[in-house]
Amino acid sequence: QKKELPEHFRDYKHVWVFIEQERGEVHPVSWELLGAGRKLADKLGVDLAGVVLGAPGEGTRKAVKEAFHYGADVAYLVEDPILTDYRNEPYSKALTQLVNTHKPEILLLGATTLGRDLAGSVATTLLTGLTADCTELAVDADGSLAATRPTFGGSLLCTIYTLNYRPQMATVRPRQMPMPARDEAKEGRIVEFKADLDEESIITKILKFIPDRESSKTNLAFADVVVAGGLGLQSAENFQLVRNLATTLGAEFGGSRPLVQKGWIGADRQIGQTGKTIRPKLYIAAGISGAIQHRVGVEGADMIVAINTDKNAPIFDFAHLGIVTDAIRLLPALTEAFRRRLSPHQRDRLAS
Amino acid sequence: MKILVCIKQVPDSAQIRVHPVTNTIMRQGVPTIINPYDLFSLEEALRLRDKFGGEVTVLTMGPPMAADSLRKALAIGADRAVLLTDRFFAGSDTLATTYALAQAIRKIQEVFGEQDIVFAGKQTIDGDTAQVGPGVAKRLELLQLTYVSKIENCEPEKREIIVERRAEGGVQILQTKLPCLITMLEGTNEIRRGTIDDSLRAARAEIVTWSAKDAGIADLTKCGLKGSPTIVKKVFAPTPRSDRAALIEPAKTAAESAEALIGAIFAKKASLESDMAKLASGS
Ligand SMILES: Cc1cc2nc3c(=O)[nH]c(=O)nc-3n(C[C@H](O)[C@H](O)[C@H](O)COP(=O)(O)OP(=O)(O)OC[C@H]3O[C@@H](n4cnc5c(N)ncnc54)[C@H](O)[C@@H]3O)c2cc1C
Ligand SMILES: Cc1cc2nc3c(=O)[nH]c(=O)nc-3n(C[C@H](O)[C@H](O)[C@H](O)COP(=O)(O)OP(=O)(O)OC[C@H]3O[C@@H](n4cnc5c(N)ncnc54)[C@H](O)[C@@H]3O)c2cc1C
Repeated sequence: QKKELPEHFRDYKHVWVFIEQERGEVHPVSWELLGAGRKLADKLGVDLAGVVLGAPGEGTRKAVKEAFHYGADVAYLVEDPILTDYRNEPYSKALTQLVNTHKPEILLLGATTLGRDLAGSVATTLLTGLTADCTELAVDADGSLAATRPTFGGSLLCTIYTLNYRPQMATVRPRQMPMPARDEAKEGRIVEFKADLDEESIITKILKFIPDRESSKTNLAFADVVVAGGLGLQSAENFQLVRNLATTLGAEFGGSRPLVQKGWIGADRQIGQTGKTIRPKLYIAAGISGAIQHRVGVEGADMIVAINTDKNAPIFDFAHLGIVTDAIRLLPALTEAFRRRLSPHQRDRLAS
Repeated sequence: MKILVCIKQVPDSAQIRVHPVTNTIMRQGVPTIINPYDLFSLEEALRLRDKFGGEVTVLTMGPPMAADSLRKALAIGADRAVLLTDRFFAGSDTLATTYALAQAIRKIQEVFGEQDIVFAGKQTIDGDTAQVGPGVAKRLELLQLTYVSKIENCEPEKREIIVERRAEGGVQILQTKLPCLITMLEGTNEIRRGTIDDSLRAARAEIVTWSAKDAGIADLTKCGLKGSPTIVKKVFAPTPRSDRAALIEPAKTAAESAEALIGAIFAKKASLESDMAKLASGS
């Protein structure tokens, strides 16, 4: 299909990132998106803007400042008490009005529960395309957004375009893109926008918000070392070997999707496209074949070490180090060897 | 209560194989299932019906063979099934899908009465965009409740509903009005087996089958490939990193292999050793 952008879309310009801010806290995926958006904006020679919606006050203003530090040139600021907590109706109204007024060519959101809830509504209202869970964003020779995501079932990727509609919308999962450097000196221009909202017409009310207990959160996405297992471990009992190594290393553990489906691990431990994306310094994968849906969740790791009995397993195509051996035998030995190597006693001896 | 549940027939992903040479998906013989996430919504719909009376209609858009999934849903306990099928729908992205589904739901309301709640799955296991629920809600101007973990209270006469919704960093208790669209979170309930009566009924039931025209869709340019703003331009295999993994030769014993592997890890990146020692000692 050819690009034939209708006349009324031609003045859509600039790259926008939705800054997900709630209760004074910005979701880190927003900064990751500003990093990705910066590259797109530079390539297109346009501005990068952060879009901040929230209650008037400290938290919202701070989000704007931080957006500049992470690379935004402009911040669109919509302050309204109605936007205190996330609700679909007022947020999708405000964002849609903002887009129709200031006309971005690209709009990026995090693929979080909030971002997915909002993006689907806004794209439908604007009647434009929305590409979900992208793993790579680029600008094409003709200036179109090329959004790449895994395709189902196999080991393939596809690149999706929204050629003839604007804005071109995409979501990206947390930790997919690297965190950009923060520049305290960078400032930008604030554009305030008054959205047409009134509480009377908003039907959904928030009766209560119960924050998650700290202890119930896994730190998988942000861990420095992650050990994971796959179907190659052959039983739930053998998965304990992964946990043991993780405990010894002070690491987080996780697994491939089939393990969640079999009930060996909880859903919050799944790594990959439909689980967590991780960016650790070291990732050890035991008995995981390395399907594309798994690969896209771990490719941001500094070092990937694979243990697999099949030397042709796809995981060896993107791991840095590998060993073709039985993980069920190797894992206990690895745990023991790491324990010795990393013990304070051993370190003192090395130092002297 | 009248409740509508959107279901999608998907390939049973656990059994999908990729052709090792051509890198294409081998669909032949892959069994299809009801998208697993949809079952949590179907069960919740059936529970509401059991409590308040009324009927549950299941709707799918897909090829004629998607009727199988509808029959399964009837066997689980749904009362009526509608299949929206037409070659004009082929190649729909989520925007075109929500257009067709919304039109079909309007038609269902015309023929079978107003629906109090529309359910959809949180996401599918094939397209996996989680965009269809919100899109259908927007098109029908239904209030939208996604990632619902529990329906706390529903009062059909007062047109009121209270739900627990999973949000970022916590749970929201939301109160809103009917009609609304709900997507249930996985693991929030367990799908029933369905009675023998249900399966007998399902085997004989007539599946209401509509073409685009039957569903009152006049504007075919909003359907299928034509109606899809997104365009899949290329499908490709990921490039192997320029250097494949350096393989460590396994030694005689697992202990020796472990030593060799750890040696190779720290040889590649020396700073990792002190980082990991700190982590291991819990500091
Ligand atoms: C829409 C969609 C989304 C998906 N999302 C995800 C996702 O988020 N995350 C995810 O992981 N998957 C996901 N998948 C599933 C994915 O396609 C693969 O099916 C899955 O990752 C395979 O898991 P596995 O590697 O554990 O199992 P397998 O592919 O069965 O691999 C097992 C591996 O273990 C090796 N092995 C066997 N015995 C041993 C042994 N004793 N020691 C060492 N190695 C051994 C085998 O050689 C093999 O390579 C998704 C699929 C779809 C369709
Ligand atoms: C690999 C792949 C990637 C894709 N990427 C994109 C993309 O980025 N953007 C895009 O716009 N389209 C995309 N598509 C097309 C999209 O999958 C189809 O439009 C599909 O019909 C609906 O999307 P979904 O499967 O993602 O559903 P989701 O939005 O994940 O589904 C949520 C719920 O909506 C309901 N539902 C969905 N489809 C139907 C149906 N046909 N009948 C009844 N109920 C239904 C179900 O209750 C389902 O649980 C992609 C397709 C594939 C195979």
